[in-house]
Amino acid sequence: MSIDSQFTHKMWNDHELSRMVDGGVPFPMLSDAGGKVGTVYGVYDEEAGVEARGRFIIDPDGVVQGYEVLTPPVGRNVNETMRQVQAFQLVRATGGAEAAPSGWRPGKQTLKPGIDLVGNVWKEWKTEQAFD
Amino acid sequence: MAKKAAGCARPVGGPVGEESGTVPETEQQTVKEVQSMIKVGKKAPDFVAPGYHKGEFVSVKLSEYLGKWVLLCFYPGDFTFV
Repeated sequence: MSIDSQFTHKMWNDHELSRMVDGGVPFPMLSDAGGKVGTVYGVYDEEAGVEARGRFIIDPDGVVQGYEVLTPPVGRNVNETMRQVQAFQLVRATGGAEAAPSGWRPGKQTLKPGIDLVGNVWKEWKTEQAFD
Repeated sequence: MAKKAAGCARPVGGPVGEESGTVPETEQQTVKEVQSMIKVGKKAPDFVAPGYHKGEFVSVKLSEYLGKWVLLCFYPGDFTFV
């Protein structure tokens, strides 16, 4: 979503992005004239008249699970976004019985919050696991 | 006394019962300023937006995606470089 019109989106997709991604952009490119939606989401910069690189993870109940906002010159890390989605999906699938510790990615150890784990995380989980 | 499973969220306490009185008028006015309604763990504000998708112009409503995971991304503008 950006402040550009749907016509500009079409031009950008047809003339540039479709040369970078086979079949063009696979998801809807949304138009937010005047930054009305961006204002509600806290990413619209009134002075510049544009939106920051905001990224919101919204779960199937419509609840915001996480977000990240960057100023324009630095791009996102798609892998990190996917990792976060996978972690939230795991938590949801287990009904909160499992939690994803720092550095978790699919296949790595989860933690099972409960009274026995209080003060005992150091036995179950090592700091090195936070890193790839 | 009710037992509670220990989760990741830190349990909190607070006043119980009805909230006290009405908000004074001066306070209501300061709250009127437009501010972001985004909080993690809270509902994402619904919206409708026109868009372009695979050769068609479309209209997208966020709440139509209930039941699915959604990644909502904002960016400064088409043809920007990053």
